[in-house]
Amino acid sequence: MKILVPVKRVIDYNVKVRVKSDGSGVETANVKMSMNPFDEIAVEEAIRLKEAGTAEEVVAISIGPDKAQETLRTALAMGADRAILVKTDEIVEPLSVAKILKAVVDEESPKLVVLGKQAIDDDANQTGQMLAALLGWGQGTFANEVKIEGEKAEITREVDGGLQTVSLDLPAIVTTDLRLNEPRYASLPNIMKAKKKPLDTKTPDDYGVDVAARLKVLKTEEPPERSAGEILENVDQLVDKLKNKEGVL
Amino acid sequence: MALLLLADHDNATLSDQTAKALTAAKEIGGDIDILIAGKGAQAAADAAAKLDGVRKVLLAESDQLEHQLAEPLAALIESLAGDYDYLLAPSTTTGKNVMPRVAALLDVMQISDVMSVEGDDTFKRPVYAGNAIQTVQSSDSKKVMTIRGASFQATGDGGSASVETIDAVAGPGVSAFVSQKIAESDRPELTSAKVILSGGRALGSKEKFDEIILPLADKLNAAVGASRAAVDAGYAPNDWQVGQTGKVVAPELYIAAGISGAIQHLAGMKDSRVIVAINKDEDAPIFQVADYGLVGDLFQILPELQQKL
Repeated sequence: MKILVPVKRVIDYNVKVRVKSDGSGVETANVKMSMNPFDEIAVEEAIRLKEAGTAEEVVAISIGPDKAQETLRTALAMGADRAILVKTDEIVEPLSVAKILKAVVDEESPKLVVLGKQAIDDDANQTGQMLAALLGWGQGTFANEVKIEGEKAEITREVDGGLQTVSLDLPAIVTTDLRLNEPRYASLPNIMKAKKKPLDTKTPDDYGVDVAARLKVLKTEEPPERSAGEILENVDQLVDKLKNKEGVL
Repeated sequence: MALLLLADHDNATLSDQTAKALTAAKEIGGDIDILIAGKGAQAAADAAAKLDGVRKVLLAESDQLEHQLAEPLAALIESLAGDYDYLLAPSTTTGKNVMPRVAALLDVMQISDVMSVEGDDTFKRPVYAGNAIQTVQSSDSKKVMTIRGASFQATGDGGSASVETIDAVAGPGVSAFVSQKIAESDRPELTSAKVILSGGRALGSKEKFDEIILPLADKLNAAVGASRAAVDAGYAPNDWQVGQTGKVVAPELYIAAGISGAIQHLAGMKDSRVIVAINKDEDAPIFQVADYGLVGDLFQILPELQQKL
């Protein structure tokens, strides 16, 4: 089977994000960008399914600016077979991303689409679920374990109370949670090889998808600051503060 | 205006995330109905009917809905959507799972993790793990949104809404429940606890985590949380994780023991009223958000605290 893995280029998770002083967004100029960490887990899972003989081909796709090619090359260096860049300089909302992905799924006919559960920039946590809805497929979100058996996928999900396992008919959608796997680092030879792997470039227009935003961002601001308090000498002082000053004990 | 709020429940009990999301619904204003989808969920429906400000409770029960899988649940909500201007759910794993599916079925862009209501169509929500707050305005005719419970007080009882049984609709039939491993605990729920004691990687092992954190938590009547590092290392189960990708909490008292304070952890707890940090590294970022800090060995401090409470 074929697996499609959408990946997003985001500000690297180690970068402390700075809000622009005019409230128009966050500073992205000269900031290190990387693949969304949840998407790395998705790429890793797809490659492991290929290595296990469950999948034959892993196709990575990114919707974003020209530079998202770098993110796709990372996926290729990890082990994806080929890549598709749907090029746009607009900020594309999850609903539009899901519509583009649906069009790609219609063309490529993968049995499984594995996505990160959320991107660490907009923290929306929507794309996988939306794609599942548009395709009428089952969804295994927040996956902690993925097992493919015949025409079914058994997905163990991280839920508020613990873990839940569901069985989905294939084709299906999986979104990854943190503990599904530990993504590999691409080796230098694989990074070199990835440069020669095929990468197609398309546009949202090729798929007939209007990417106009439905949510207008009016303002982006810093969260309220929380100031550092006091360092206490000992446990007695702490108990006293919590009991007598704060009344929380 | 009419609003439909999807309740968070386990059939037997209604979680207080529902009452918190109800507060957001009331801030928007209009007739608010609560949907209970499940099986054998009369008790949860009765609890929802008592919440203040609810017009009616819709109770839909079927085998398919028992575990609130996204596919049949989204089909149900879509079938009801014609009567409503707003479709809301708490930002629990159930709400996060199903509402984007509903939004896409309705061709609407969801507003995730709403933390304040600024107007009929304008809301604030966190991005970048809470390091920035966006004010967004929706141009969709129907609003589909999830509500961040930690940002709203729970609405109390005081209502007596009617409970109306409605038919479940057949879902796409592409998913089935297999099993679940839900932790049984007498401790309070993380997202509704007044006191939370969280442990980090400094605990060093699951045995030490259990030995040092759990008895003190019980003494404090606290819920137990953990940093991502502690969960990844296997010291604590995934459902204890506090942070942007785990649970977002805002208790009266949050005690972080052996947690350095990574950005994504702070995003999950910095709205707590009083924060206490215990860490042997005086430069740990957790101290920058803590009201009270103790620099030292948690293996000495926590047992001493337990003894002195």
